[in-house]
Amino acid sequence: MRAETIQCNSFDDQSVEAYLATTEGEQAGGVVVIHHFPGYDEATKEIVRKFAANGYNAICVNLYSRESPGASSDDAAAAAHARGGVPDEQLVGDVGAAAAYLRALPNSNQKVGVIGYCSGGRQSVLSACSLDLDAAVDCYGAFVVMSRPESTMTSIVDLLPNLSCPLLGLFGVDDQYPSPEQTETLRKLLTQHAKDFTFHEYEGAGHAFFAVDRPSYRPEVATEAWGEIWKFYGQHLSSAK
Amino acid sequence: MCTYEAERISVTGSAKGANGWFRATDATVYYDHPVHFGAGHALMVDVINPALGASSRVGLELNAESARELALAILRSLDGVPAGLLER
Repeated sequence: MRAETIQCNSFDDQSVEAYLATTEGEQAGGVVVIHHFPGYDEATKEIVRKFAANGYNAICVNLYSRESPGASSDDAAAAAHARGGVPDEQLVGDVGAAAAYLRALPNSNQKVGVIGYCSGGRQSVLSACSLDLDAAVDCYGAFVVMSRPESTMTSIVDLLPNLSCPLLGLFGVDDQYPSPEQTETLRKLLTQHAKDFTFHEYEGAGHAFFAVDRPSYRPEVATEAWGEIWKFYGQHLSSAK
Repeated sequence: MCTYEAERISVTGSAKGANGWFRATDATVYYDHPVHFGAGHALMVDVINPALGASSRVGLELNAESARELALAILRSLDGVPAGLLER
């Protein structure tokens, strides 16, 4: 495995910072990791490395690097808060550029999935509805089926018919954003649109149960949910196109 | 969850951050996931100068109770300033 910080040319010809971890295996699938709102932090980079250690090439774009180049992840996240977050068009462009970067790697099998946590969960679904991808994982993303007033976080239900790939949803029953009711709404909408999806809702877990550096971490649930991710990506990203 | 929104105000003053003192021009206040404080959510205050870059920041992460106490303490301090001393 090799992990490094790179520059990735994005949709608007801007160079954005990204963290890349590559596997030494042949015919490897790729995973675009979308960081949570608190930023492009150490815990997210550990997730990127985890994918490479498990046989995937993985990349995470620093979504805040345009406005805060060289800043620490917490300062950049604070600046992003002051701006109200990242516009959806920019996010989709950055994820698309990251997916293209993965497909251009010499050991790529041309399959690319996406995964996002917290705000990144919504952005993972948004990406899968806007780009040609092979698998998407939504980890407790709020504001997929509802909007937050006076916020950039708007519902993306209108885009769900465009979902381009299978979706795995991982949620905590004790979470309120998204609540179990919102997850049920999303389930009904995806069923209506005849989309391929699998949801797991875990008892004893709330929001951010994957976050190893936060009190919300639920190790048993996270371990089980990681197992679902390996199964899902193994099914959809492993073989050559 | 991430709340995605912040109260933002203009401020006049100075703040001391990681790189020393800087002229503060803005402040944001929001309730969201903290970076360092060990809680799911916290009241965050950032005193910043965006023109100097994202690193010109003094950040606070407080639990809700202490954030309210801080806000009240600021108001008490200002209310207690002797007549004629309060500058704009």
